[in-house]
Amino acid sequence: METFIAILILFPFLAALVQAFIKSNSLRRISVYISSAAIIVATIVFAIMNFGKEQYLVSDKLIIGGSSLTGTVNYIMLAVEFILMGIITYLSFKYRKYYAAVLSIVQTAFVAWLELSGRAHATGFYMFCDNLTLILCLMIAVVGGLICVYAVGYLKDYHHHHGDEVKDRRSFFCAMLFVFLGAMFGIVFSSNLIWMYFFWEITSVVSFLLIGYTKTEEAVNNSFRALWMNLLGGVGFAAAIGFAAIGFHITNLQDLVALSDPAVVIPLICLALAALTKSAQLPFSRWLMGAMVAPTPSSALLHSATMVKAGIYLLIRIAPAMTGNLVGLTVALIGGFTFFVASIRAIIHTDGKKVLAYSTISNLGLIVACCGVGINETIWAAIFLMMFHCVSKSLLFQTVGSVEHTSGSRNIEDMHGLIKRYPALATAMTIGIAGMYLAPFGMLISKWSALQAFVDAGNIILVLLLAFGSATTLFYWTKWISKLLAYARPTIRRKDTTSLDQWVSIGGHTVMMVALCLVFPFLSGSLVTPIVNSLYGTKDFKPVLSDENLYILILMIIILALVLVAGFIITRLVKTKQTSVYMSGIDTGDERHYVGAFDEERTMYHANWYLSDLIGTDRLMNVATAVAAAGLIIGAVLTIGGVL
Amino acid sequence: MTVLRIVSAIIYILLGGLVAGLLAGIDRKFSARMQGRRGPSVFQPFYDVAKLFSKETLALNHGQFVIAFSFLILMILTGALFFAGVDILLVFLALSTAAMFLVFAATSSNSAMSTMGAQREMMQMLAYEPMVLITAVGFYMSTQIMNGGKGSFKIIDIASGDIPSIVYLPGIFLGFLFILTIKFRKSPFDISTSHHAHQELVKGVTTDLSGRNLGMIEVAHWYENTFLLGVVALFFLSNDWWSIPLAIAAAVVVYFIETIIDNVSARVKWELMVKLAWGVTIVCGGLNLLVLEYIF
Amino acid sequence: MAKITKSPWLLHYDGSSCNGCDIEVLACLTPVYDVERFGIINTGNPKHADIFLVTGGINEKNKAVVKQLYEQMPEPKVVVAVGICACNGGVFKDAYNIIGGVDKAIPVDVYVPGCAARPEAIIDGVVKALGVLDEKQKAFKEANKKKGADK
Repeated sequence: METFIAILILFPFLAALVQAFIKSNSLRRISVYISSAAIIVATIVFAIMNFGKEQYLVSDKLIIGGSSLTGTVNYIMLAVEFILMGIITYLSFKYRKYYAAVLSIVQTAFVAWLELSGRAHATGFYMFCDNLTLILCLMIAVVGGLICVYAVGYLKDYHHHHGDEVKDRRSFFCAMLFVFLGAMFGIVFSSNLIWMYFFWEITSVVSFLLIGYTKTEEAVNNSFRALWMNLLGGVGFAAAIGFAAIGFHITNLQDLVALSDPAVVIPLICLALAALTKSAQLPFSRWLMGAMVAPTPSSALLHSATMVKAGIYLLIRIAPAMTGNLVGLTVALIGGFTFFVASIRAIIHTDGKKVLAYSTISNLGLIVACCGVGINETIWAAIFLMMFHCVSKSLLFQTVGSVEHTSGSRNIEDMHGLIKRYPALATAMTIGIAGMYLAPFGMLISKWSALQAFVDAGNIILVLLLAFGSATTLFYWTKWISKLLAYARPTIRRKDTTSLDQWVSIGGHTVMMVALCLVFPFLSGSLVTPIVNSLYGTKDFKPVLSDENLYILILMIIILALVLVAGFIITRLVKTKQTSVYMSGIDTGDERHYVGAFDEERTMYHANWYLSDLIGTDRLMNVATAVAAAGLIIGAVLTIGGVL
Repeated sequence: MTVLRIVSAIIYILLGGLVAGLLAGIDRKFSARMQGRRGPSVFQPFYDVAKLFSKETLALNHGQFVIAFSFLILMILTGALFFAGVDILLVFLALSTAAMFLVFAATSSNSAMSTMGAQREMMQMLAYEPMVLITAVGFYMSTQIMNGGKGSFKIIDIASGDIPSIVYLPGIFLGFLFILTIKFRKSPFDISTSHHAHQELVKGVTTDLSGRNLGMIEVAHWYENTFLLGVVALFFLSNDWWSIPLAIAAAVVVYFIETIIDNVSARVKWELMVKLAWGVTIVCGGLNLLVLEYIF
Repeated sequence: MAKITKSPWLLHYDGSSCNGCDIEVLACLTPVYDVERFGIINTGNPKHADIFLVTGGINEKNKAVVKQLYEQMPEPKVVVAVGICACNGGVFKDAYNIIGGVDKAIPVDVYVPGCAARPEAIIDGVVKALGVLDEKQKAFKEANKKKGADK
């Protein structure tokens, strides 16, 4: 088993190494396909083999070749950490962003000191694997693997479009994607905090490198913003390790969560800080917005299967220990607040990727709130939200990327009538959006059970935040979808130039999205409920959604599908006469122009509402950031003060 | 019990539209009398819809029929689920999905009036959605109090408490009445489309629908209204027999209060609508929830 | 079968009228005349309308508009020309910009003369139009049946 996990973690790194040295495009394509397929297949096999098991792995007593395996690995990790520190320090001096170097040196030195001085001497097991790990693995492998495939086709277009502006570093980009996957595998398998911290740092650095891909001034600035925020989280992580190791002589996440010492809240709030930065919650949301400058595959990867999900994963793991204490309350309120503010903020943007980014922050806020409440019902909802969000957000980013390449714009206003111009892309995008917010699809079901769980937990403020946030969420998605579905007569017909590589991934995601909705009750019963039981040590957890409701939901999906099909059949049969739009009788005939007062032809254009005069100022975000920062500091101070 | 639930859902599917159609007719007669006119027959809404189905249908595209048809079916499904007594949150979520189709029906047309109407319709959804969710939460908490801890979103459980839930939910009831004006498309909040002949956007979301497409939307609105009055009645239901006539009376009274509000008020701008609706939601709904959580 | 005459919805268009007739048309909606008792609604939307009620004459600029509005009305439909200007151009007949009555642009079914046409006359005209509408509905149904048989 250990060997299998080692292969899972190391293979992506190996694939990355191969990518780094491949300069030929066709060779790269083949190798990415092979590597992704290998990762996906291996993970599925692994998941099937270990389904339903809960096992601690990699004992410190494991001896290979005469020396302790874990000891050797520890030294290797430490060496790599110093290399990462060196890279960050070099780049921060190169671009004169010294603060990043300071943060990096502080935490690396601290962890090295803990380790070398023997204070963080780990005993017992280093790794842990249960259903939650498997779900994360599947997400990383399948979604992440497909994104790598997408990236091959996308980057070809990308460099074709951008010509000489951006230096072609495709092999570097693909390599980084695979490193990311490997690091994520590492995070989800690690039980030992120092190991987890190691992989955690890798994701920070790799995301920094990916965001800076184009090396423009904006990209560099944004990448450093992402870096310092994530390094701050890393400092939190290192502090948590320090507290746990020195205070309780624990270096293991599972042991830490099971600890019943009241002082455990101190390492917990530090870990929560790390998770909040990774998941781009307020006040740390801005790095994720800045990450938009990178090519789309990296956004898709950061927003769906990796990076932000690492934070969520950590929160789900520590959720049982946050139930009902101040750490949980702080995290839950920050999450709920982020959900609401980010969903308002998503209304004002016309740029598709920005809307997606705010929606990511917003949805992650909801998941974070679920984790913060920390009762078994909310964790059930959190896991489902995570799964649905992963697939649909990845799908959406990819379709937006493909639409941008094929039509030349990712502005939502320019997507008017996309269903007529690029039917396949528009359908995939519509399914992705529907998955994000429409009943009876996944996200909404999870949101619903989150609402119920919040009431059960007695947190009225979260209930209100969720109610208002849902309304704003409804608004920004509906207006997007309604742009796509406008049956405008196309003015220019262009060929859909989306490449096969992109279709492989988009098609795969679309199928996954629909399948997830259909097998929802099965997933709940056999996969997610056992996780909740094992996290809380219960045997008889029942999700807030009764079986009756789940079957009604499936019935609704079927009825919806039937109605749409029947509608399309009937509309062909019944008699209708084609007409033009009502435009006070002055339409010139093409629905786009009308006759003006001086008999001249004028162009008509109708845009969606973005309410920019009401909420379009930066003040909203600045105030929200300040409020969230204050809340976080007060929460942390009260938590630590309460123990001391 | 299951049989009863299925029967009531079937009764709704058969009669739900007719009831609201008749109510709409009475509404028109009542409004006319208030304005000193004779007004049309109480069956006028039925004549109108029958005519729409008999006329030629002019459409801009095939999508319009599909969307209008989906809107109708989803609306009936929503109401049927409600009267079958399932989870009220599920019903409300189905309602917002159905409402979405009305927006799509308008925006699919590429017409200026319809699109403007659709944007306003979305504004209306933004305004009423929080209160709808809070109403569901309120019902849940009232069952929690009545059953001593174990709450339920199930409509049959809410309807069979010891006392009507309005006793615990006066604030939420007021808030719900407020957004009901938006949902009924009555003045002062008939900003996306009006149930009157026309408004400043011609007819808002339904401008470019005609013939049977428009007829289906009208019928869907009837079903929607019956369902909404059902929610009003739910506030008054308990396990005593007298709660049933009480609930029906309450629904009828509420409908006529809405008619009066419609006749005495002028249309407001959407900014004011959103502010008012959210304000009422926070004050009435939020306070009511807080009281339920911390006092009971 | 649904009687279209029980629910005639009306589209009112002001050609180049002096607004005298328009005021009278609106007067029909007031409590004194209350045309809503016949189920008549002033929709302002050709796609919902059965009766096209035009006041004022046709000029070079509004000819196309009237035509387009007429085309956007679903069958069966009737046209009522209200006021003498709508009938044949009235006092503006010889003006350089006026083409003439509504029938210069679209086929008219009922003419209601008067300057301005009295509300009673307008209601009379509309009721007369309902008779025409009834005929047209029958013809429309026949045509549909025939088409169905052809299929």
